[in-house]
Amino acid sequence: MRITDKDVSYVADLAHLDLTAEERARFGAQLDSILGYVEQLNELDTSSVAPMAQVLTAQRENETLREDKLRPCLPVDVALANAPESGAGHFKVPKVIER
Amino acid sequence: MTALLEKYEPVIGLEVHVQLLTQSKAFCGCSTRFGAPPNSQTCPVCLGLPGALPVLNRRAVELGVKASLALNCEVRGVSGFARKNYFYPDLPKGYQISQYDQPLAEHGWIDIREGGAPKRIGITRLHLEDDAGKSVHDGFGDSAKRSYVDLNRSGTPLAEIVTEPDMRGSNEAHEFLTRLKEILLYLEVSDCNMEEGSLRCDANVSVRLRGAEKLGTKAEVKNLNSFRFLKQALDYEIDRQIAVLESGGTIHQETRLWNTAEQRTIGMRSKEQAHDYRYFPEPDLAPLVVGDAWREEIRATIPELPEARRARFIASYGMTEYNAGVLTSSKAIAHYFEEAAKSSGDARAAANWVMGDVLGQLNTAGKTIEASPVSAPALGELLKLQSSGAISGKIAKHVFLKMFETGRGAREIVDSESLAQISDTAALEKIVAEVIAASPKQVEQYKGGKTTVIGFLVGQVMKATRGQANPAAVNELLRKALE
Repeated sequence: MRITDKDVSYVADLAHLDLTAEERARFGAQLDSILGYVEQLNELDTSSVAPMAQVLTAQRENETLREDKLRPCLPVDVALANAPESGAGHFKVPKVIER
Repeated sequence: MTALLEKYEPVIGLEVHVQLLTQSKAFCGCSTRFGAPPNSQTCPVCLGLPGALPVLNRRAVELGVKASLALNCEVRGVSGFARKNYFYPDLPKGYQISQYDQPLAEHGWIDIREGGAPKRIGITRLHLEDDAGKSVHDGFGDSAKRSYVDLNRSGTPLAEIVTEPDMRGSNEAHEFLTRLKEILLYLEVSDCNMEEGSLRCDANVSVRLRGAEKLGTKAEVKNLNSFRFLKQALDYEIDRQIAVLESGGTIHQETRLWNTAEQRTIGMRSKEQAHDYRYFPEPDLAPLVVGDAWREEIRATIPELPEARRARFIASYGMTEYNAGVLTSSKAIAHYFEEAAKSSGDARAAANWVMGDVLGQLNTAGKTIEASPVSAPALGELLKLQSSGAISGKIAKHVFLKMFETGRGAREIVDSESLAQISDTAALEKIVAEVIAASPKQVEQYKGGKTTVIGFLVGQVMKATRGQANPAAVNELLRKALE
């Protein structure tokens, strides 16, 4: 196994997730198998191919930009509709302290 | 502390965020207007709702390129966006869209002048990104238990400008930010309003023994929301780090917040590896292409920048560096001066009036030059009346105040208050004779060789004419009468 318990704890911590020892073991094994699967791609020689994160290759500059024009916004009540808690036109969340 | 500052050298780099002056947000069509009711300027994109797709604002790119070119940066033909992942309630997507390993522009510089010799401050990079929303932690009934989130600002386009660690004290940092702000205002890429958060500054600060090559461990100081705080916070932080080192301690790499009330920087509670943002390429955006033609089209829109304008004012109007600095401190002031100089035909007088009476009165009235009740051509008219001898310098000051109060023209005020200068010899001769008759002592002194006393006599004539007599004519008539 390449994914260690420490790796899982670290990523869980970045994601603000509290995992039990049992969960860490389970997710570690799952992550390991996912990464192992993706790792098969390393069999291909890509040394002469530029890394690509987008299938839209940049050909011309304007085709993926929009003009600086206003479009209608959502009404406040609609914007807040999915919030578990809201008030005074705001989303309300448990008191935040800078991490 | 002075002795310690001879031992240690502060090293400062700045990260400046400026809000770009677009109508709509970076990746959606919501308004960027400041001060709207909370959460009234949002849509699925800037709320981070699942499935919403960002589309980049062309104007934001143009403004970013314009700023990059003015800061002498090389603009990349192809740059890219990445996701910077972190969790905070005012960041609904769970990541900020920013530029990471392919920023819009790099390798720039601006020259600053701090204590004489010019110094070049390197600009590492300028990149585009979107802003987070605003968290409100106080002021509501349940603020002890709840934070309030307003997402109007979420998705507003920002340019982040990062400098090299080239500054060696708070004065240089202050000067750099002043110059940078001036350039950005001239370019009209941002309103740079610090109170509204359109210009925000963080600083990386470290100290090292003078002569040492290796940089000391740095602290990032945040919350520098005014020029005054920037200087205070940097001075505090430099002193703090020196004190730590002097007492045998070590500096920890950390983020510290400037606390205005307590006048000190305070370390934020942060975990060891809190700065792992797990950047990866933003799959929802295509690479950003800025070709040569577009780049040059944008370059052509760059106006004369403050440094060039100062040099031109010094060369073509023969003014001092100080005066050129005052008159180019904003684009509007420079424009006002040049217009007044042109319409009056007297650049020297225009410069003195703008720097003195105009800026003075505006300052007293709390107005900007754009809102001046006396327009530049109106000032030009006043100056022409003075230089032609129609009104005296003293009366000109009075007329200016009236113009400022009422918005009326100089000619109109002079005519309606009969303020025109008396150059009519017959009328003046009569007053001169009266003054001589009333001042036997001074007349005797004059005749006894103390010719400087004529100043007193001129003053008496001016007083009798409420300042309207032409002083040169009065002088001549007095001399004639006394000899």
